[in-house]
Amino acid sequence: MNRPAILAAATGLLMASTALHSAYAQETIKVGILHSLSGTMAISETTLKDVMLMLIEQQNEEGGVLGMQLEPVVVDPASDWPLFAEKARELIEVEGVAATFGTWTSVSRKSVLPVFEELNGLLFYPVQYEGEESSRNVFYTGAAPNQQAIPAVDYLMEVEGVERWVLEGTDYVYPRTTNKILEAYLKSHGVADEDISINYTPFGHADWQTRVSFIKDFGAEGKKTAVVSTINGDANVPFYKELAAQGVAASDIPVVAFSVGEEELAGLDTAPLVGHLAAWNYFMSVDTDANYDFIDTWLEFIGDEERVTNDPMEAHYIGFNMWVKAVEKAGTTDPDAVIDAIIGVSVPNLSGGYSAMMPNHHITKPVLIGEIQDDGQFAIVYETPGLVVGDAWSDYLEGSKDLIADWRAPMSCGNFNVATGTCGGSGS
Amino acid sequence: MRLFCACAVLLLSLTALGNARADEDLRPLVDALGGGNFRETAGAVADLAATGNPAAAPVLELLRAGDLYTRRSDGVVVRGARAGRDIALSDVFTGEELETVGRREARQIRVNNSLRRDIDAALGQLTLLSPDPRVRAGAAQAMFNARDSAALPLLEEAIAREEEPEIMERLILARAAIQALHGESDSVRLEAIDEIAQRGDREASALLATVARDAPPAVTEAAEAGIAAIERRLALWNMAQNVVFGLSLGSVLLLAAIGLAITFGVMGVINMAHGEMVMLGAYTTFVVQEIIRTSAPWLFDWSLLIALPLAFLVAGAVGVAIERGVIRFLYGRPLETLLATWGLSLILQQAVRTIFGPTNRQVGTPDWMTGSIELGGLSLAMNRVVIILFALAVFAALIVFLRRSRFGLHMRAVTQNRAMASSMGIRTNWVDALTFGLGSGIAGIAGVALSQIDNVSPNLGQAYIIDSFMVVVFGGVGNLWGTLVGAMTLGVANKLMEPWAGAVLAKIFVLVFIILFIQKRPRGLFALKGRAVDA
Repeated sequence: MNRPAILAAATGLLMASTALHSAYAQETIKVGILHSLSGTMAISETTLKDVMLMLIEQQNEEGGVLGMQLEPVVVDPASDWPLFAEKARELIEVEGVAATFGTWTSVSRKSVLPVFEELNGLLFYPVQYEGEESSRNVFYTGAAPNQQAIPAVDYLMEVEGVERWVLEGTDYVYPRTTNKILEAYLKSHGVADEDISINYTPFGHADWQTRVSFIKDFGAEGKKTAVVSTINGDANVPFYKELAAQGVAASDIPVVAFSVGEEELAGLDTAPLVGHLAAWNYFMSVDTDANYDFIDTWLEFIGDEERVTNDPMEAHYIGFNMWVKAVEKAGTTDPDAVIDAIIGVSVPNLSGGYSAMMPNHHITKPVLIGEIQDDGQFAIVYETPGLVVGDAWSDYLEGSKDLIADWRAPMSCGNFNVATGTCGGSGS
Repeated sequence: MRLFCACAVLLLSLTALGNARADEDLRPLVDALGGGNFRETAGAVADLAATGNPAAAPVLELLRAGDLYTRRSDGVVVRGARAGRDIALSDVFTGEELETVGRREARQIRVNNSLRRDIDAALGQLTLLSPDPRVRAGAAQAMFNARDSAALPLLEEAIAREEEPEIMERLILARAAIQALHGESDSVRLEAIDEIAQRGDREASALLATVARDAPPAVTEAAEAGIAAIERRLALWNMAQNVVFGLSLGSVLLLAAIGLAITFGVMGVINMAHGEMVMLGAYTTFVVQEIIRTSAPWLFDWSLLIALPLAFLVAGAVGVAIERGVIRFLYGRPLETLLATWGLSLILQQAVRTIFGPTNRQVGTPDWMTGSIELGGLSLAMNRVVIILFALAVFAALIVFLRRSRFGLHMRAVTQNRAMASSMGIRTNWVDALTFGLGSGIAGIAGVALSQIDNVSPNLGQAYIIDSFMVVVFGGVGNLWGTLVGAMTLGVANKLMEPWAGAVLAKIFVLVFIILFIQKRPRGLFALKGRAVDA
């Protein structure tokens, strides 16, 4: 073969591959996955990346969306908040994704929020959070405080007869806002000031001796006492280890946690913790066929029988199916059309019912209370009789009780003040 | 003797015969446990307890442990053991294996906290007259917790029969608890209150507070006086308790910092990957326990002791590799060392994350490290006591090693005057590598201890690196005794401040204090004197 021939062949190959590439690009819809795969948050977020890949693979096997295959685009924001914003921009501007599933901490969500609003992208946020937010471009599939914290406190008051409360949290925005809401809620139910103790510890707090000893003393005043824990991430394991070491049993002082799920318990010997509680919208132990199917698919996808499923995974399951349904309803992946189409879309959740997207971009969910078992699972001891609608703006906070969010025309406002009748009241 | 044996056999067979008949009587009651909601299950538990049949106790224990299931097909209550996605069913009484079904075919009978309390009370009643003293002691505690006036006659009977003084004391206390709450007359209640007040601990004051809430004035007054007396006694102990917490925190700091005291303090290498050595030690413990779990479960109580030398070797080897591969090219260039070791720490974290996964790993606690010791009004958690002693032992061993061994001598010679040591025939290169390995290995040992109180996750090391540097700088660079005093001082100061300032502020105060202190004494608590300072 002479040189021009090689050149021609090479050019031909190059052109063919470009053509193939663009043809391929036309036939797929890109879906962004924005979860940390390294750094401190990798512990929680890696699983969510995996579950998204599984859901996309499943959808593709069923023929994709609008006759096109879905193509996941995975980026790693490395637990670095400013990097989240850069990666979000990359996903929308460079990759041109139709929707993004991602972020975990509130600060990472706040970091990407302006990007999604500026570039008109779609973000599905799967984690329970402090509320006080509703953006046109974000769909909150995790629990708002009224879908987790308040039912849990109700349960403790009614079933366990708790009269004295320790609100124990990590020092950042989610615990502080949640505890503010809970404090107002408890006081409105006649709990006295001296029966509430609120305390914050730094991130990654490892030495819980003093606090657990205080909780023991606080609980020894003759009134039934409970701990409401918004302790985040890695600080939970030493906290529970210290509870066990100092012999605080759940039958004496139960601890109800909002950030402890099956994944967090996987690093713990749960035998001394049996009976401590968690409130979520999903537990792996939910006894429905839909859930067993989900678990079976997950275990096969990940190839490890020991892995668990948890609440944020279910949130992605719901959010992804809602997006698919909205895209099919709109007949396009255009963000404006999807935002209009998705409100009112209702898909099956894993606890045997249906979840619907509400006009405030939050969803309806049942609230489950589970007790830790010695095998690291939760036994469900209570379930709200109906679905609870996620409330973007808490009714128990001064600045937000007059606010509502409704993204349907003609209101189209994330913080409408019903007292003054204007959009853009107080709050963020 | 032979007669005794024969009697025992006869007795056993009689009991077995009796049990077989009792089982049949109990079966309908046991099946009622699977009633579907907590209230029905609680009713069935009460019915079982009311039979007074000891054969019901093991069933209740199974229920409490969450091992009872209702079979979907016929509603019979069976014992179940989870095996992956299946459940192996067996008979409740005989343990005879029935079948293995998918997890959708059997429903676990759920237990919540209030039901668990009911079960404990029922078990207490059923086992109060047990021949085993340990079971009786547990039953007495359960009676104290339940405070159920219906159990009073049974309790009286048990008190009349009891011979062990310790259990006797608990039984009398349980009786006092019931009488203080439900006694018919004020005089009975006052007497009971006296009895409880003498016990003088938190539990007693909690009980008295319950009594005081809803009682005639005379009783309330006595209960409040009892509480006040207990409070006075406990106030002193509380102070001591905080000091103990401080020493315990100090020993954790000491463990984390002592390796750094060698690599940073003695060698002057700013090693940002020090925390990752601690993490490697913790993961070594995890691997050792995994192997023991799968191949030699009887060794579990020894797992930590087995992990110690291995953790030392693993972390030490990585340390030597780091020194030979990176640090030796960077001596005398602190900024480059800092950046290079920081990069190494990220690499090690991500490597562990890739190999073991990002989630926390479970490291079990051997039996001898659980529970707590009561010492006067102090309650010392066993794992903390072990860690304090362990930290001091590591410290002592290191001091002796550096003072008495040949390698220790070489090490001190090299750090004090490298050129002279070299001309005396010491291979300074090797001494550097081994010293760094020693510091890293000790960090690995610290990881074994820290796996007992903290997460075993790739981020474990990060949490300790700042504190470790703080301790070494505060104590005086290059001085091991300074590290000991520094760690304990910071630990105790932190814990004495925490109750009134909160954890966040206490930490800030300590940092501010150290900044001011370093302004005054730049070389820390125990400054090295002499030539080493200028080296």
